[in-house]
Amino acid sequence: MTSNSASAQPLLRAEDLAISFGAIKAADGVDFALQRNEFVAIIGPNGAGKTTFLNLVTGYLKPHRGNVWLDGRPITRMAPRRISRQGIARAFQIPQLFTDHSLIDNLMLAIAAREGIWQGLTPLNRRAYRDEAMEVLELLGLAADAETMTGTLPEGLRKLADITLAFALNPKLLVLDEPTSGVSSIERFRIMETLMNAMRRRGLSALFVEHDMEVVQKYADRVVVWNAGHVMAEGTPAEVMSNPEVLESVVGVV
Amino acid sequence: MRKPIPLLVAALALLLLVPVAFPHLKFVITLAVAKGFAALGVALLLRGGLISLGHAMYFAIGAYATAFLGSKAGVSDLVLLLVASTAVAALAGLVFGAFLVRYRAIFFAMLNLAVSMVIFALTSKLYGITGGTDGLRVAVPTVLGWAPGKAAFDGFLFYLCILLMVVLGWLVHRYLQSPLGHALSAIHTNEVRLEYLGVSAWQTLLTSYTISAALAGLGGALAAMSIGHVLPEFAFWTESGHLVLTAVLGGIGGVAGAFIGSVFLEILHTVAVGVAAEAWNLIIGLALICVIFFLPRGIYGLIEARRGSTKETGL
Repeated sequence: MTSNSASAQPLLRAEDLAISFGAIKAADGVDFALQRNEFVAIIGPNGAGKTTFLNLVTGYLKPHRGNVWLDGRPITRMAPRRISRQGIARAFQIPQLFTDHSLIDNLMLAIAAREGIWQGLTPLNRRAYRDEAMEVLELLGLAADAETMTGTLPEGLRKLADITLAFALNPKLLVLDEPTSGVSSIERFRIMETLMNAMRRRGLSALFVEHDMEVVQKYADRVVVWNAGHVMAEGTPAEVMSNPEVLESVVGVV
Repeated sequence: MRKPIPLLVAALALLLLVPVAFPHLKFVITLAVAKGFAALGVALLLRGGLISLGHAMYFAIGAYATAFLGSKAGVSDLVLLLVASTAVAALAGLVFGAFLVRYRAIFFAMLNLAVSMVIFALTSKLYGITGGTDGLRVAVPTVLGWAPGKAAFDGFLFYLCILLMVVLGWLVHRYLQSPLGHALSAIHTNEVRLEYLGVSAWQTLLTSYTISAALAGLGGALAAMSIGHVLPEFAFWTESGHLVLTAVLGGIGGVAGAFIGSVFLEILHTVAVGVAAEAWNLIIGLALICVIFFLPRGIYGLIEARRGSTKETGL
């Protein structure tokens, strides 16, 4: 495959993706594409299937129908660990950290995982990993908390810490599930600024679920609106926010 | 950060003096170290958040392998016996583990118990092969061509056990510091995140399970040589329970914990039997309650606490 054809196709593509839980169709024939260097926000009312979509893309759930490609390679029905190795890293709505390890140990473990966990008896705590971990922590403004046990970090920092773990994998695509939920409104923008700067500097693409419309308007290149398991509308933040249907069902303005 | 080392070196020096200062404790310590290997195996799995209630089976497999190889296959060399017995236990661990490490919590504990009881039943019922409840005798092995008498061999075995404890203890410590060792404790805290980092929890646990079976098997082989006899009781569930107790009592914060717990329990047992032959169980029970109440991180926690850190760097 030449680099031309690789860059011509979307980074992430989903086609006719479907899954249901009993009578509820959480994804009902979803078609989706995300281009390189795009920041795409997914919005929609509770229960619309946003997190389900992330779970399908990252392998936590297996679709009943349809396919997913990353960089043109099929990743449908792969286990999360294989999808991670293909280049999709995920951050969670509720931070998923190794809470009795220090932040830097968390990061070093992520780096070691990326490099291959089987490394004989060479210690995890080594110069190269430590330096790289500090670099990622500095990028996301967490360097001061490197030695803190992640279980004792405040919620906002835990969110960022969770994202740094995904960052450390050097992914092609970052999948973020509500990066600013449970965080105060002032902190929310600080987190997003740090995150966006870091992503731009690394040339990352991102797919994120977000409830806060201010955050979406400010940071998303494109917005995809979910409703009842399918894409209801999509476009730039301005386009989506002027769509009366969207305003009614998602934003709650009539 | 390195404070436990002087204390551990001091404890080691004390142990080395045992054959001179307390000759009657030599056998007790040899057996304690042998069981310590099995307890270390259990402690490894505890790091990954798994409690095995059947690990005595690997101790028994190692012991029976030594007895078989000696009596049926005519292997008399100590090194060969130890290596082969450990390998047999490791293989058994790999085979059973491939299935067992898919389970967690009470299911893992109970399935290990179930498999161990099958092994116990087989060793006690297959009279023609295993000698049934009579067990099998283990001859005194030769050491690289040297054929010592029982007394000389016991002296040699004591120091060999200590040497193996230090060398293998250090290797296990290195393993725990390696990425794979950190991944093991990461399974305990957050298996989902580990999988999302691209690491297979199953492979990580199976590696650890196989190592733990090998350690227990080595302990069994050493015990078989020290006692000179193997019995189905080696695989009995109370022995498995004893190993978990030893690991928890000693503390899983560091590799030394399992050996500290084992030596402590064996000495306590010997003393208690001497002081009150009828009530030794009571004395041990009370001692355990005290340790569990006052030292939640095990006896090893006493050493660890001096460092004022919760980092898992202990030997």
